[in-house]
Parts: sequence; structure tokens; C-alpha cells
Amino acid sequence: MFFRMIKGTLLRQWKKMLMIAFTIALGASLAAAMLSVMFDVGDKVNQELKTYGANITVVPKSASVLNELYEVEDGEGTGAYLREDELGKIKTIFWAFNIVDYAPFLKVSGELDDGSVITVVGSWFNHHMELPTGEQLDAGIASLRSWWEIQSGEWLDEQSNEDAEIAMIGSALAKKLNLSAGDSIHVKGSTGEKNFRIIGVFDAGGEEDDQIFAPLNTVQALEDLDGCIDSIEVSALTTPDNELAERAAKDPSSLTVAQYEIWYCTAYASSICYQIQEVITDSVASPVRQVADSEGAIMEKTQLLMILITILSLIGAALGICNLVTASVMERSSEIGLMKAIGAQNGAISGLVLTEIFITAIFGGIIGFFAGFGFAQIIGHTVFGSAIALRPVVIPIVAILVILVTLAGSIPAIRMLLRLRPAEVLHGGH
Amino acid sequence: MSLLELKHIYKIYGELHALDDVSMKVEKGEWVSIMGPSGSGKSTMMNIIGCMDKPSKGEVLLDGVDISKESSKNLTTVRRDKIGLIFQQFHLVNYLTAVENVMLAQYYHSIPDEKEAMEALERVGLADRARHLPSQLSGGEQQRVCVARALINYPEIILADEPTGNLDEANEEIVVDLFHKLHDEGTTLIVVTHDPEVAEVAQKTIVLRNGRVVKEVVNQNFTGKIHFSEEGTHVTKTDLKSEEEIKAEESK
Repeated sequence: MFFRMIKGTLLRQWKKMLMIAFTIALGASLAAAMLSVMFDVGDKVNQELKTYGANITVVPKSASVLNELYEVEDGEGTGAYLREDELGKIKTIFWAFNIVDYAPFLKVSGELDDGSVITVVGSWFNHHMELPTGEQLDAGIASLRSWWEIQSGEWLDEQSNEDAEIAMIGSALAKKLNLSAGDSIHVKGSTGEKNFRIIGVFDAGGEEDDQIFAPLNTVQALEDLDGCIDSIEVSALTTPDNELAERAAKDPSSLTVAQYEIWYCTAYASSICYQIQEVITDSVASPVRQVADSEGAIMEKTQLLMILITILSLIGAALGICNLVTASVMERSSEIGLMKAIGAQNGAISGLVLTEIFITAIFGGIIGFFAGFGFAQIIGHTVFGSAIALRPVVIPIVAILVILVTLAGSIPAIRMLLRLRPAEVLHGGH
Repeated sequence: MSLLELKHIYKIYGELHALDDVSMKVEKGEWVSIMGPSGSGKSTMMNIIGCMDKPSKGEVLLDGVDISKESSKNLTTVRRDKIGLIFQQFHLVNYLTAVENVMLAQYYHSIPDEKEAMEALERVGLADRARHLPSQLSGGEQQRVCVARALINYPEIILADEPTGNLDEANEEIVVDLFHKLHDEGTTLIVVTHDPEVAEVAQKTIVLRNGRVVKEVVNQNFTGKIHFSEEGTHVTKTDLKSEEEIKAEESK
């Protein structure tokens, strides 16, 4: 009987029910779209920001102390080095999958034929690694410094020019020495000398424009520093810092066991730094504050905007449902009055009306969810140029929101239904 | 003990006394008409007897139990278990068939039983129209479905509000004959009407005016059959208060 009545109402009031379903679908679609984007936007914004460089730097412990005391950059000239053979371990930490890219650096001074001294930086360009985990990785400045503008020549391809004396030169130095791609430059170090063939001239817009960048092993040979590096730059996907992360960054031992576990198992820049320090001997890893902070600020603002849009769309949907359900109950007042007159209690009638609305809501919610996921793809492709992943967590959240909005929207109608007196609707009060 | 007894019932809306010191008794198996012009308090009285409203003052004893102070929830239960309602406007659920409309009363009372609902429709002569929607039935047929719905849970009282108000003469006769049949089976009937021809076929007619009982008329030649255009039946007046007495009281 119950379902005959539900079916009867749904079929008889199909236009109104369709309007309710449409209203719920609109609210659910916006909520699904915003939540999908919100959950994915962290990675998307992070990936966008990763193209602007590393967000973690690793230097030797002693260099870090000097750096703090005397503001010496990168520990250059301190005589303290990190070990090149430990670089692979960075991809074995707990948050290994969040490490997008990294590159070692070794800065040495080189003397040119005219006696002038320049800085030669050894690094990876597109270094191929086979990790202990079996994973293969190409890392280096080709992707870490993707914003460099190649003025002539091309990016140095380390993999097809192994052990070759090749280099890339900064635009300012190239101009000063009147060099371009294809030319050679003779550099003399304290223990060796190299005749670098210039593969490309780059414009970095910074101090790198006065430097030469060459494969790490060739630069190590200039100073007899085999296996030594003086800094590592790491690009990692991180979660914006919160109070816990800030406390942990100052002193992880101040955390309780539970807090430590939460912090360690969350991709905060500070916990990734901590884990890098665990695998790189005598190192200090620290977040590049400016990048980490801007990531956090952008993400927080973007997510706040998404939440606001979601809330507003749901409030709109609740108001729409409220009007439609109230109109439906008013239209059926004599039917509801009759049910009460023949013995239906308020609970039974409320249950009937709510069931009708929830069946409609499920219908609208499912359509809204898929439409919302479609909207999310449009947003993803328009704003980030890539698809938005379907996060399973969005499904229960949208379901709960649809239930809450439907309930909230039905409250005035249910209150009206409870107040409805059969004597008043079946015939006059007196 | 009377099945239903109203003791000094008042229903007051601000300044208006819709019912003003009304007392009456209905015995088990009795057929009573409540008659009066528009605004006399008939509907208010029906609402109170039908447990759809509570009096401002006074007692309503149903089976000896005072229900005048009961909560709305308890009144719904009393209404469901003891009273079968028939309305002038029929009030059938228009998306349910005739038999489903009858089953609706069973559903809110206990368990829907289609066989029993069909039997109820058979009693009102509508078994062949059981699968029709209200819109496919004539006014008289709809009212008979309404009677079947009122009967289905074996109520102690059938309370009909202007049951023939929307019917033509032929259907009016069918419905009154149906009431006669129910009365013969021992059903207690209270029929609220402004139609003297319908009122006078009852065993007892209570006449209301301005919220007061002005006459209680016992039909000594009770047949339960409607006689159109006949000048009254043989009645004995047992006036509680004459109209003159009421007017005199009001002027005071």
C-alpha cells in the first residue's frame, strides 16, 4: 500500500517531482564539481607551482650552521659535502611518491684562459636512475628549471652524451665572452681542466646567467671531488603547513606519539624534510619558505572559494526544495487531511512525504553527481589543462549533503503537514 | 450506558460560541440525524464527535470514556478504531482505485486485505467498479466507495457529513438505502445534514440553531426509507428548548 501511494504520488505529481529532482541535481552537481576540484586542486596547484622550481633544499649540516651564522649560501667553500651515492635514497622515503624531481649541485670556481674566474655548477640535467625499489627515474634541472629560456642551442641531454665535456652557459656570461651554442670554452679547476662544448645558452633571469652548468661528474673532476655534492634541490608535492607542522618543524621531539604519527604520515614540507634528513647523511633539509607559503596560501584561498560556492549552491537548492515541497504539500492538503482523518499518525504521513522526496532526491542526486563530475572535467581542462580525478570520498560527501539539503528543505513542509488539522481541510472549521 | 454522550459541550472561537451548552446521547445501533441551517454548529459538532476537534468545555463520553481532554495523537487512534467517516466531498485519493481507497483505511488501521476490501465494495454494490479510479466513477459511486471505506474497519459509529449533499435524487436514495441496510445490521449512524428529507428518515433528529440544540425529534414511524416530497412524517416532538425560549435567553 505504502509503495502504491508513493508510486501514485510520483506519477501524479511528476512535474513537481521533476522540478525537485532538477533542483537537487543542480545543487548536487555544483557540490560534486566543487568537491572534486577541491580535492584534486591541491595536487594540481602543487604541480603548477612545481614548474617554478624546487621547494626543499638540502645542504650539509655544517654548511647549514654556517649559513645561519654567517649567511653563507649553500655551504659553498665550507669544505662540507653531501654524498652523491645517497641521492637515490630520497626516492625511498615514506613520501617517495610525492617527490616529483630533484637535482644535486656542486659549485666550483673555474679559471678561464684570460685569467678571469667564473662559477661552474655541476648538476644533473636529465639523469637516469635505477632505484633500489626497481623504479626508474629521470631527474635533473631540465625539468626542475623548466622556466629557463633557451636562447640558442638546446637543453643538454645527459643521457646521450655520457662523460662528454659539454655544458650550458648563462646568457650574461655568453654575451660577455661572446659565445654561443656550438662554441667551446676552456675552464681550469684546481686539479683538472675541461674544454666544454656549449650545447645551449639559457636565460634564467638570475645569478645563473653568469654561470656555466655542466654534468656533475665533469665538474667534480675539475676539483677532484668525486662523489661530492654541496646541495640538493627537491621538488615535492606538499600539504600546506598547519600549527602541528610548524611545531614539528621547530622540534619534532616536542610532539606526542600520536601527533608525531599524524605529522610523519602527512605530506607536510617539514615531515618530508625530516624524512630526507633521515636518509642523507649529515644533512639539513629545509623548505624554501616562499614557495611553500605561496602554495599554502593559494590552496587555502582556492579551497575556501570552492567551499563557499558549494555552501551557496546547497543553500539555493535547499530554498528551492523548500518552496517546491511546501507547494506539493499544500496541493495535497485534503489528501493528507483525509489520511489523518482515517487514522494516519503524523509520523506515518511525514514518512510517506519524506520517502517521496528522498526517492526524488536520489534520482536528482545521481544525475547531479555525474553532471558535477562532468563540470569538474570542464574546470580541470580549462583551468589546469588536465582531467580531474574522481575521488571516492566525494561520493559519500555529496550523498550526505544531498540528504541534509533535502531534509533541511523539507522541514517547513513537514512542519506545515504536522500542523494541518483534518477538520480544517475536509470541511470548514465551524 | 450510551455509546456516545455529549455533556454541556461548548466550542468558543473568541466571541463566537459555535456550540453553546450542547448535550445529547446516541445509543448503540441508533440512527441519529443532526440537522440545522448553515452556521448552526453542525460541522463543529461533527468535528467533536469525529475526534477531529476538542470542545472548549464539557465532556464527550465515547463508550463511557471521556475523550474531550485527549491529545491529538490519542484522538487519531480513537478515530481510527471507533469511527468511520463519510464526507460530502467524498475525499477519495484520486490516484488510487476504488478498492485501494478502501484498503487505505485498513492500512492505517491494521493490515490491508484486498479480499476484505472487495467484500466491503460488494456490500455497497460496487464490486464491478473496484479497479476504477475515482475520476471514472459517478458521484453516487464515489460516495458508496466512501461508505465502504468507512465500514471496512468495523467502527462503532459511522459519522456522515452531508452524505447526500453532492448527489442527485437517485443516488441520494441509494445512499440512504445503504444507511438503512447498515442500520439493520446494527451499525450506529450519525448523519449531519441540512436536508430535512434525509434527516427525517433517521430514528432521531437533533436540530441545531446558533450552536444550541433546539429540538430533539423522535420518528415514531421510522422506516429508514426516504420519501421525497411528502409533507413530514409522523413525529413526536420532545423539545429541549423552544426557539422562543432561546431567543428570550439571547436577548437577556
